[in-house]
Formats: sequence, structure tokens, C-alpha cells
Amino acid sequence: MTSLVELLTYLSVSLSSLSMAELKLLGSWPSPFSYRVIWALKLKGIPYEYIEEDLSNKSPLLLQHSPVYKKIPVLLHAGKPICESMIILEYIEEFWPQIPLLPFDPFQRAIARFWVKFADDKIPAMWIVYRSSGKEQEKAMKDTVEMLRVIEEHALGSKKFFGGEEIGMVDIAFGQIAEWLGVIEEIVGVKLLEDHTFPRLHAWILNFKEVPVIRDNLPDHHEMFVFFKRRRELLLSSSQDQ
Amino acid sequence: MGKSDIKLIGSWASAFTTRVRIAFNIKNVEYEHLEEVLGKKSDLLLQSNPVHKKFPVLLHDGKPLPESLIIVQYIDEVWSSGPSILPADPLDRALERFWAAYVDEKFFPSLKLVRVTQGEQLAAAVEAVGKSFEVMDGAFHQCSKGNAFFGGERVGYLDIAFGCTLAWLRALEKIVGVKLFDEVKHPALAKWMDSFCSDPAVEGLIPETDRFIEFLKLLPGAPPRH
Repeated sequence: MTSLVELLTYLSVSLSSLSMAELKLLGSWPSPFSYRVIWALKLKGIPYEYIEEDLSNKSPLLLQHSPVYKKIPVLLHAGKPICESMIILEYIEEFWPQIPLLPFDPFQRAIARFWVKFADDKIPAMWIVYRSSGKEQEKAMKDTVEMLRVIEEHALGSKKFFGGEEIGMVDIAFGQIAEWLGVIEEIVGVKLLEDHTFPRLHAWILNFKEVPVIRDNLPDHHEMFVFFKRRRELLLSSSQDQ
Repeated sequence: MGKSDIKLIGSWASAFTTRVRIAFNIKNVEYEHLEEVLGKKSDLLLQSNPVHKKFPVLLHDGKPLPESLIIVQYIDEVWSSGPSILPADPLDRALERFWAAYVDEKFFPSLKLVRVTQGEQLAAAVEAVGKSFEVMDGAFHQCSKGNAFFGGERVGYLDIAFGCTLAWLRALEKIVGVKLFDEVKHPALAKWMDSFCSDPAVEGLIPETDRFIEFLKLLPGAPPRH
């Protein structure tokens, strides 16, 4: 028993000294994936240095630390990189357990992971709506509405957030539905998330954006509209040239 | 906890189901296996996974949990007194999760593409698999730290995620008559494949190649092969 106590003390001392170590986040201001990490760090009150990446001119730091996908966000903890936003969030959760974002119960935790995976599998559809046209876009719109329907019927209960009364990892995973989907809808000129068709989602969006950390950490709506509209014009014109 | 409290809906031919079975073997946990029939989804499956209608689904005390890697993590957390499946260190865990996601999003789809292509498209698919193996070779050196498995001295999460694709690899090499994995180029991975398949927790679970080839013939989409 004594050696177990010694081991646990050693681990907690070395982990806490590591937790005080340098934390850097490579991100990009319009990216919802960047914001997932920002929200998690701020909800837990963890200080970090934010480094804005110009994705049209990727820095050596980004290319070195995200060699496989060359994408943001990347979290650097004492120089060690962690890539992929939801994997970063699991890491943050394990290293800084205060203000837990995952349920304590293993089964509820597994269900939360199921919805996190669902978010990552299905959310790309809304970005295909954004950057495509014609039949491809039509299919992507159907897929997006189907995703919203599943969330409305299966994921959201009657509680304030996905996990209950407090915001958690699943809310963060679905966060881009609360803001970026609206920008896409405005630019493309469609309404996919009708408030009366999706009353639970509509209520969740309001609750989500009222959380101070979320409310105070969202990109400016107008700036996003301008940025994404311009980018979409470039994307569509370059695909027509082919 | 009795055997009847733990049920697994799946199939002998499913790489994803096999992942869960290996995890149960590592923990020495008994469970009831409910075999799904190809082409006819059971009512229990449809009720247990209404969102995706896919197996494997774990039923633990009647509570359903789908998604193979999520089930594996759940097994690791619930039966915590058994050997660990995920590493202890958060950074190592993040690495294994990253590579397991790569297997499911890049490697396995590129492997499956070989089955349904021919001619130039097949050549491109074969090349993509080769590149994927180069990436996984790098991952092996990064994660194994000189040991026999991605997880270190024992079969772990990433070994399970990647290793269960081996039946597809071997079957497809025979079906298309093209080498997809170069053991000369990747000797460490080649050794790992043998170590994985002969591990006590894995033995007998990876479908035998000829039986799996017959199974793959039942799936749609493949062009005629000589």
C-alpha cells in the first residue's frame, strides 16, 4: 500500500509539473475545429498561447507537428503535438480533469463518445453544402437535414445540454451547428435547420450560445460571412475552370 | 456478473466485431455472441442501433453500445482490473487514438477500394495502400518504442484496430493477385503481423483467408476476376 501511495504521489507531482508546462494552440480564426479546443481550454480555465495559422501559407511549425494531415488545430504541450480536435479534447480531459466534460459513468461516457463520433462523421455534409453545387449539393443538403433529424430525435433529450444540465464534450462537438451552419445557410441561400422542425435543437442552440465561455469565444458573424462567402466564390469558380 | 449480462451482436467476418472479441479475450470476460446473418439484419440489431443499423453492438445488462473502438474503450474502463488495452500516459493514448482513426478513415477504406476496382483504378488503389503502409510503418516505430506491438509489450488498442484488417489484406492479395504489403520494405510491420495473429487473445479470431475469400464473393460491387 505504501508503494502505491508513493507511486501515485510521484505521478501527481510529475503530471502537475507537466501541466504547468507550455501549452500552445495552433489554430485558425474562422475554423470551428479550432474553437472546439479554445472552448475546452477556457471552460477548464487552462491558460495557453494561441498561434494564428495562415492556412494559405502553412508555417513550418504546423507542417512539422501535423505531418499526416497538415491541419489545425494542433495542441503543443511542452513541445509534444496532439492533432485532431476531438482527440485533443480527450487529452485535455485526461490531463486536466477539473470541470469534467465527459460523464463519470463509463456507459454514459461511451454514449458521449458515440455522439462525438457521429458529429465528426456527419458534420462534413454541411461543408459539402457550402462548397459544392448541383446534384452533389442537393445530396449534401439531404444528408445535413438527416443528421439534424437524428440529433433531434435520438441525441437531445429534454435536458438543457446533450449530457444534462452542464455543457460537455458532445455540445462542443456539435458546436458548429450553433453558429457556422447559420453562416453557410446565409451564403448558400437555404434554410436547413428550421426552428419549428427542430425545436429541441433550436432550444439547445440558444442555451449553448448563452454559456459565457461560448458567448465570449465566437468569431464575429459578419467577418465570418465575408470570409466564407469570398472563399466559396473562389472554390466554385476554380472548379468550373476544370 | 454472468455471461448472459454481456451480449455481442456481430459477425465472424466483421473486422469491427473481431476488435471487440479480442478486447474481451484480453480481459478474460465471457460473453454471448449473437451472429448476424449476411443480408438480413435482426430486429435486435435494428432496435439496438437505430441510428446506424450496424454491428457490432454490445448489450451490457441490456444497454446497447455500438461502434467497435468505443466498445473497446468501454471494455477497458469497465474491466479495469484486467490487463490495460489503452496505454496509461495521456500522450500515448492520444497517439493511439490518432492512428486508430487513421486506420478507419484512410487505411481501411483504401484497402477496401482494391476489392471493387480494376485496371487503372486498381493500380491507383494498390499504390494508395502501399503509401498507407508506409505511414503505418512510421506509426509503428513511433508507438512501439522498440517493442513487439503498437501498444508496447502487449496487444493494445491500436494493435486491435489495425490488426483486424489483416483478413482483408490477405484475401485481397489472393483475389487480385497483387502484393499489397511489402514485407521486405516493412520488416518490423511484417513481424508485428505474425506476433499479432499468434497472440493468445487473437488466435482463431482473424478469419481464415480462403473462408474469407468465399465470404467476400457474396458482397456486391466487385468486378469479375480471372
